[in-house]
Amino acid sequence: MTLAVKETIYKQDFQASLENASEPQWLKDLREKAFAYFTENGFPTVRDEEWKYTNAAEISKLEFQISNEQSESQTSELLKDFNFERNGFTALHLAFADVVLVTIPKETSVEKPLEFSFKADEGTANFPHVIVVAEAGSKATIIENYESAGKSLTNSAMQIFVEDNAHLTHYRVQSESAESYHIGTTEITLKRGSFYNSTNINLGARLSRHDVHLKFTVPGGEAFVDGLYLLNGSQHADTHSTIDHTVPNCTSHQNYKGVLNDRSRGVFNGKVFVRENASGTDAQQSNKNLLLSNDARVDTKPQLEIYNDDVKCAHGATVGQLEEEELFYLLSRGLSETLARNLLTYGFAEEIVNKIEIESIKKQLDEAVLNRLNANLGI
Amino acid sequence: MLLEIKDLHAGIEGKEILKGLNLQIKKGEVHAIMGPNGSGKSTLSKVLAGHPSYEVISGEVLYEGKNLLELEPDERAREGIFLAFQYPVEVPGVSNSQFLRLAYNEKMKHHGTEELDPLEFNDYLKEKAKIVEMSSEFFKRSVNEGFSGGEKKRNEILQMAVLAPTLAILDETDSGLDIDALRIVAEGVNKLRSADNAIILVTHYQRLLNYIEPDFVHVLAGGRIVKEGGKELAIELEEKGYDWVKAATK
Repeated sequence: MTLAVKETIYKQDFQASLENASEPQWLKDLREKAFAYFTENGFPTVRDEEWKYTNAAEISKLEFQISNEQSESQTSELLKDFNFERNGFTALHLAFADVVLVTIPKETSVEKPLEFSFKADEGTANFPHVIVVAEAGSKATIIENYESAGKSLTNSAMQIFVEDNAHLTHYRVQSESAESYHIGTTEITLKRGSFYNSTNINLGARLSRHDVHLKFTVPGGEAFVDGLYLLNGSQHADTHSTIDHTVPNCTSHQNYKGVLNDRSRGVFNGKVFVRENASGTDAQQSNKNLLLSNDARVDTKPQLEIYNDDVKCAHGATVGQLEEEELFYLLSRGLSETLARNLLTYGFAEEIVNKIEIESIKKQLDEAVLNRLNANLGI
Repeated sequence: MLLEIKDLHAGIEGKEILKGLNLQIKKGEVHAIMGPNGSGKSTLSKVLAGHPSYEVISGEVLYEGKNLLELEPDERAREGIFLAFQYPVEVPGVSNSQFLRLAYNEKMKHHGTEELDPLEFNDYLKEKAKIVEMSSEFFKRSVNEGFSGGEKKRNEILQMAVLAPTLAILDETDSGLDIDALRIVAEGVNKLRSADNAIILVTHYQRLLNYIEPDFVHVLAGGRIVKEGGKELAIELEEKGYDWVKAATK
């Protein structure tokens, strides 16, 4: 029964977009396969272990107008690498994906950050797909930006390939409207001696879900996967990540922080796999959450699965309120309780914001943090 | 009288630690409060600063003639009370200069004096930092984060210099300091000492008092002041140990 409803919403649109698109046959086939997967499996439900804490039922009931810019869509065989079979969202995404392909040529250092900005209009469903290939020895920074107006659905994906000795910095900022739905997937593949450094900021959306899947495929890669979610009202934000050490001598660092106010809810699920032959792995994972209200809630689950003895791994998670001693220290210097609490919260978030090297983003985030705190810290 | 403590009984988690403490302090004076571990020195510091975990059971504390115990910790600070912490707290993500400017301006606001903008404050801060020989490199760093023990204590005195308290309570400021850091901290305190303020030095050892000469020494044992005198009392204590006082009071 529910399948029929979904079909009526998306099937006609899918057929139309397929007919209109001037795409190679393999891609049309791929899209059909993806849509068939969606039709068969539907949207994930809370019965699905990976979606236990995030109820997407609301999205499945809503009708959006497909925002499609297929005419400008690019294609790349790398699309075949995208794992659309993760769930109904990834399948639906690939069926409609608007593809942009960016290649940073070999041994090239790009000074200016490459910016990908997406703004969802009210009532639309959007499926942006960006493929970034950082060729051997290249160096670049990418900025991925999501905004929206009113109630909309963004179901995006990014595929990132960091090749031998390439160096990629990635900022992802989701600041959609408080009524919108945001589902995002980031896949990262790292090669020999490559370096990937990401900061994922979640500020907006009524319901957001970001899946990060990072894989070391050749020894000697290093990655930072950091993030900050800043939630208030009845926002719900879920981050699921897998960091997969399949080969020796790779290093991963993951530091996610959450600040939750009002009735907001956060989910962090981070899996780090250290496979049998991944000796010399160094994997660190941390998720710290600050609850500013008694009604805010976080479900955090950092997980390490290690199948090799020669590794250095650590993980941890905390959920708590501001430390009494820290608060007293600030009060004892004459800061009012409100100011002291705001300053400590700001400081908590700043650990993530401070690592951002682009002043404009840093400033935007500083402002967003202060704005959320409703605080004038005079900073 | 700047501070008047009358028959103060106070404690933590239902345990009475201060058992009838009396103390009077005038502006321009430096008082050393000495005593063995567990005598109530830190409790006294925390109670004066208004730490929420400590409770006053009975007694009175008047500050500039007003009931201090009615004031919240931040109000006490804006009224001129400063506690230099034995274990200064790290505040990640907040720079020393941001923090100090906020604290300074809160106090100025309270007293209806002009607040300083970041540039003006930076000049003010630079001037004050000379007192504890701190370079401006410390301004940008997060408050106390990654500071050595000595740097943390110097940072406390820098805060004292910036906030210019009327009553400063230095809780074991000498603990964990090597001789050079001790000298810098002590010289800093001496520079801040004036006829308009008073300082309470809470310490276990006489060592600090070689550098900062107190006008009065009070020995605390079992939650009460058991002996009082001038600076020579500290030297006597150093020679004879606390057992001497404890024995004398039994």
